[in-house]
Amino acid sequence: MKVIVNVSLKAGVLDSQGKAVHHALNSLNFSGVSDVRVGKQIVLNLDETDEAKAREEVTRMCEDLLANTVIEDYEIELIK
Amino acid sequence: MKVSILQFPGTNCEYDTEHAFKSLGAQTEIVWHKSETIPSDTNLLVVAGGFSYGDYLRSGAIAKYSPVMKAVKEYAAKGGKVLGICNGFQVLTEAGLLPGALKRNEHLHFISRHHHLKVINNDNIFLQELKKGSVINIPIAHHDGNYYIDADGLKDLYLNNQILLTYTDKEGAINNPNGSIDSIAGVCNKEKNVFGLMPHPERAMELLLGSDDGVKMLQGFLSA
Repeated sequence: MKVIVNVSLKAGVLDSQGKAVHHALNSLNFSGVSDVRVGKQIVLNLDETDEAKAREEVTRMCEDLLANTVIEDYEIELIK
Repeated sequence: MKVSILQFPGTNCEYDTEHAFKSLGAQTEIVWHKSETIPSDTNLLVVAGGFSYGDYLRSGAIAKYSPVMKAVKEYAAKGGKVLGICNGFQVLTEAGLLPGALKRNEHLHFISRHHHLKVINNDNIFLQELKKGSVINIPIAHHDGNYYIDADGLKDLYLNNQILLTYTDKEGAINNPNGSIDSIAGVCNKEKNVFGLMPHPERAMELLLGSDDGVKMLQGFLSA
């Protein structure tokens, strides 16, 4: 099973990279952008075929390693 | 006095740190991260600076699971003194031995230069030889030094005198190079036996190289 994990800075934690990208987009005349957040995407291939078990395992991976929950949030997306 | 210095793949300040402590008369030993123990006669454990595991994923994120870290946690839990410098600070926050986290510098640049720091609290072994409010000159060299902690955590830091140093100008006025919350450059845990800072005291050991203000910092551990 393929699993996509998106990690991004928590709302309220200043995202300097997002701000810089936003600024660059504005200077390229993409003026309709109201906010930009930059995160990272981690793509996992799991042997597990049970969705609930896979989600539980990846949640533990996020809590232990993939995200620093002091500053980051994560989203898990299962893809068959 | 025995100073044990951790070495991960990508650590690059271990020999500077060794040189600094040796110049103060301490015995030193470099401990490879695969070791499951730290020397039993250790009086101070230093997590040296560098780029452990290439800073992959996040600075310090992978190092916190190195075999030696279990021994580090046990050592700290028993009251052993631990000092994390730069990447070492990042490793200690990732490992949960120090509160908060280090984010990418606010202006996204890698900053490498001398910087002034103000001593905020000296009721701890590390800064006991420095006067509260005094300003020192210590090099910084980092990309992820933007200290973050949530509002409750910050309140605790103030309440327990856990803020060690802030970034200032030479007069002691706030001068924040990296966006750190309240210009914080270093903190300790509540028990005041685990210390972390982004600046490099081991690089400020002789006037010939720009500053010897690091001597008084590192000496604090030796005079105990």
